[in-house]
Amino acid sequence: MQCSICKEKPATVHLTQIVGDKMQKLDLCEDCAKAKGVNDPAGFALADLMLGLGAAQEIEQSAGGAELKCPHCGFTQADFKKSGRLGCPDCYKTFAEGLGVLLKTMHKGTRHVGKSPASLRLNREHTDRLKSLQNKLAQAVASENFEEAARLRDEIKQVSDRPGERPAQPKNLAR
Amino acid sequence: MKLYDFLVPPGQTAARRGPHDRIVMSSRVRLARNLNSSAFPGWAKKNDRVKIFETVRPAVAALPEMQDSFSEAMDNLGPLDKQILVERHLISREHAAKGSGSGLVLNRTETFCVMINEEDHLRMQALLPGLQLRQAWTAIDNFDSALEKKLNYAFDSELGYLTACPTNLGTGIRVSAMLHLPGLVLGEQINPIIQSVNKLGLAVRGLYGEGTEALGNVFQVSNQMTLGENEEAIVERLEKVLSQVIEHEENARLTLIEKKPKTVYNHIGRAYGILANAHSISSKETMNLLSLLRLGLDLEMFPGADRSAVDELFLITQPAHLQKQLSDKLSAEERDLVRADMVRDHLKNFGRPVIKSPPPPAAN
Repeated sequence: MQCSICKEKPATVHLTQIVGDKMQKLDLCEDCAKAKGVNDPAGFALADLMLGLGAAQEIEQSAGGAELKCPHCGFTQADFKKSGRLGCPDCYKTFAEGLGVLLKTMHKGTRHVGKSPASLRLNREHTDRLKSLQNKLAQAVASENFEEAARLRDEIKQVSDRPGERPAQPKNLAR
Repeated sequence: MKLYDFLVPPGQTAARRGPHDRIVMSSRVRLARNLNSSAFPGWAKKNDRVKIFETVRPAVAALPEMQDSFSEAMDNLGPLDKQILVERHLISREHAAKGSGSGLVLNRTETFCVMINEEDHLRMQALLPGLQLRQAWTAIDNFDSALEKKLNYAFDSELGYLTACPTNLGTGIRVSAMLHLPGLVLGEQINPIIQSVNKLGLAVRGLYGEGTEALGNVFQVSNQMTLGENEEAIVERLEKVLSQVIEHEENARLTLIEKKPKTVYNHIGRAYGILANAHSISSKETMNLLSLLRLGLDLEMFPGADRSAVDELFLITQPAHLQKQLSDKLSAEERDLVRADMVRDHLKNFGRPVIKSPPPPAAN
């Protein structure tokens, strides 16, 4: 195993840290460990080292180096480090891995709850409904409840034939 | 039409009333939105920014809320016009620094304003007097819903509305209120209040937002987190915290009057003395003293006078407003002279501060 800082010498010091439900590992060679002050286990705080690296570098590490570049707009890791802003909406996919950690520290959650564009809302509800019907169908088949299965099959056909045609919900309930 | 002719006259802006406007000067809800598959303004090439501006501007201007609106590219606005918009809290200081490819659309009553190609393709705000966060949210929510039919927003089902800066990701919402808190400042309670508000995940900033000082004892409180919590919950949290801050400010004023009446009267009396008699005064000093005058009005020390007179002065004595009314060729020293003239003139009909005498002691 190579040292994750100098990427040359073999790693002999292995650090593990758990933040939330995510485990981060750092493997260092003896020299780099000394340079980072890891040789004294009592006076060393792993959190300091990890957090001290800064969010941008964290993204860099988990995404495999500074060469990471958004295929859509050409924005790079280094650009993010410099400006703290992203290049285009697609960058959220490109830099997803590292951003996860960052988002967790700055927000209440990492999943959006709240308003979404009406057009997507219909689609999402439609797929959710189909998915739940298909699950029920699988259960019905498994428990050999064929009468229910037949009914569900018909309902699935009906729903998938008419996408988006759901009983309209009041806007504020649909959120 | 010229910008200054379009804007609501300062006297009228100052006369607008809203709930709790003794302490809450205004409420604002701002949404950040971006177009799908276009680079964010900070990264887009100039040509692309111009194209985005040309797509977004007509879509915004066609909304019913924007009937008879003012819409302009930033490169067509002079530095003074831009600064006036900042002083009215209609655009950010960052936006004022933008040139071609950026612009704004503003409605007649200044309640809706959209910045195009600031940090995001769209930054739209609803701004209302007094404490009206819920109303501002409903207004901008409807505005946004109408706009999403015409523009393809960048949206991800996991991450929500995608924004240039990850700090705005998700709802893209910034809910904020501008508070006048002289009681907490004079009572030296403002720092613990700011700290506890910060602990609740809210930011406290100065008069012009990020990185500005609290001139005139005016503070902005806003949410910081935008992901993992829905808009209604954010608005509700702000409302709860603000009602607490309002209560603390009212209590601080009562305590001051009860425990240190001379200190309060001294501050207000001196503020009046300087404002009504000075012949040279800076904009910063003016704002800080006007804040005390406003406090005096709330404490009924200026019977017959109206708070809107003070609020109007607060606006028209700021540098860009002052220069627009007189001349943009004035040096800072000359501005201090004409500012003092203006303040003295406006306070002519303002009687000296009076102190309600305490009830006579009951005869023994």
